Amino acid sequence: MTHWLIAPILIPLLGGILQVFMGYAPISLRRTLAIATTVLMLVSAVVLLALASDGSYRVYAFGNWQPPFGIVLVLDRLAALMLVLTAVLGLFCHIYASGGADEGNRQFHALFLFQLMGLNIAFLTGDLFNLFVAFEVLLIASYGLLMHGGGTSRTVPGLHYVVLNLAGSALFLISVGMIYSVTGTLNMADLAVKIPQVTGSNLNLVKAGGMMLLVVFGLKAAILPLCFWLPKAYARATAPVAALFAVMTKVGVYAIVRIYPLIFGENAGELANLGMDWLFPLALVTLSMGVIGALGADNLKTLVAWQVIISVGTLLAPISLGSEDGLSAALFYLVSTTWTVAALFLVAELVASQRGTAADKIVTAPKMRHRTFLSVLFLIGAVAASGLPPLSGFFGKLLILKSVEPGVEMAWLWSVLLVGGFLTLIAYSRAGSIVFWWNVDGHLETPEPINNRVAVSTGILTCLTMLIVVLAGPLSDFTRATAEQLHDNQGYINILQTPMHTPQNPLVGEIN
Amino acid sequence: MELLFAIAIGALTTSGVYLLLRARTFPVVMGLTLLSYGVNLFLFASGRLATGQQPVIGTTASYSDPLPQALVLTAIVIGFAMTAFLVVLSLRNLADNENDHVDGRREATTPPSKIEQEVSSK
Repeated sequence: MTHWLIAPILIPLLGGILQVFMGYAPISLRRTLAIATTVLMLVSAVVLLALASDGSYRVYAFGNWQPPFGIVLVLDRLAALMLVLTAVLGLFCHIYASGGADEGNRQFHALFLFQLMGLNIAFLTGDLFNLFVAFEVLLIASYGLLMHGGGTSRTVPGLHYVVLNLAGSALFLISVGMIYSVTGTLNMADLAVKIPQVTGSNLNLVKAGGMMLLVVFGLKAAILPLCFWLPKAYARATAPVAALFAVMTKVGVYAIVRIYPLIFGENAGELANLGMDWLFPLALVTLSMGVIGALGADNLKTLVAWQVIISVGTLLAPISLGSEDGLSAALFYLVSTTWTVAALFLVAELVASQRGTAADKIVTAPKMRHRTFLSVLFLIGAVAASGLPPLSGFFGKLLILKSVEPGVEMAWLWSVLLVGGFLTLIAYSRAGSIVFWWNVDGHLETPEPINNRVAVSTGILTCLTMLIVVLAGPLSDFTRATAEQLHDNQGYINILQTPMHTPQNPLVGEIN
Repeated sequence: MELLFAIAIGALTTSGVYLLLRARTFPVVMGLTLLSYGVNLFLFASGRLATGQQPVIGTTASYSDPLPQALVLTAIVIGFAMTAFLVVLSLRNLADNENDHVDGRREATTPPSKIEQEVSSK
């Protein structure tokens, strides 16, 4: 049993606790320590990625309880991929935040680190109830972060966000209770064994539980009937927070990918592919709704917030079809879209800081400073997000289009995705040409200066899309292997047989 | 006992959902609290209702399941924290918008009196 598995949880936890007690320390010291914590977390995530790429499952059992008793952390390719994705995103958002956005609240860094910890627990846990706890940890940190920076405009969207998520938590608990009352276990591997054996009247109970769980994950992922809280909340959050939240909807997607192929997969008997026939049309409608929202957006941040919803629809459509290729393509697109959307949030904030009162509204305004730098970053982000070659969004969408087998689903997915991509392109070109090209005479008197940290972190995060293109081969090999691993749930079930190390008579050993 | 328990959960959940859909933050907070009570009782019942049983396997023929009780305890703690946060947020909303509508909508202040209406019509 390797102890590395606990590192991505312990590092931000300890770093965050340190920040809590350092509220009155000089801000430069707090920034240095906080960013050092995030860097350490990235290192541990990369180590775990290296560990996981041999394709085996690694288990960390708290208190050495043999699974399914006790809580386990499970590391596989999917968990490692999500950890690295989040750690990279977290690092650049954190560097951006240390350029000035973290002022005004002493606990910003603590909240930021606890948010990362919650995300890491969610990705590593192998227990349904522990997943609930992880959701709550990341949510309560996100409530604080969403309110960060003050301003009355954030109160109402924040209130909606909190109330909706509390109602979501209640639903989560009800579905956990339903599933537990029938199966008597909440360990995911054990559930994958027990659920195919459920028969008779209990079947409906588990089915209801599973469907309600899908509603909860749908709320987190912002699928259509549950997505209207997102644009307002994200568009009004501080830029690094909004950028970090780009990964929050992906937690919902992750939970669907983790739980449904494993527990309600091909082998689940009567409950096989539960809910997936609902998910496919909903994903396409979500995608269309996101495009409509993007076309109607009146400022850059709202435009990017709707892009979050577009990417959720694009991700869930191939996932719900259940093919291995689709899953692999979706994971590839997930990496690309998360970083791109986050980068666009940061670029939108920088643009807003250079335009005075016009901020990030899509209106004509005096010429901004640093126009070349910002417009190039926006161009790269927009090309990657709308899925034009040669950037990574194009490859992601191409893989998704290729993964569908000919049939009705193919016709729907191809038409919605392609038309949607075209309309997104129009939305970005409209926004870009008005913001960057249509200027009224004169210069803004006092634009806020752009400091190095902000510029460098935004630049690098934007250019990660090019890195994905360069490393497209290894990355798609990795996502294909991940999809294979997820598809064959026998491997995950085998963690129940992991031998636990039990010391012989430990008390005696200590005395000697 | 099962019937009574089920009715209690049902009543709590119904009133919770009803209050949750109101337009003021105070009923919404109350609604979420009631909903979480209902949910906690439901979670408690998922280990089956039993009285006077030991929570240890092997000591007697029947036992009461200790796990749901642990889950409920966790859920209660989390629920408390979240409710506290929500109350503070609602107060902030009240202060920012000068009323506690959930959408921050300002009410049309007292309808214009007759004299004002006459003045405006002239």
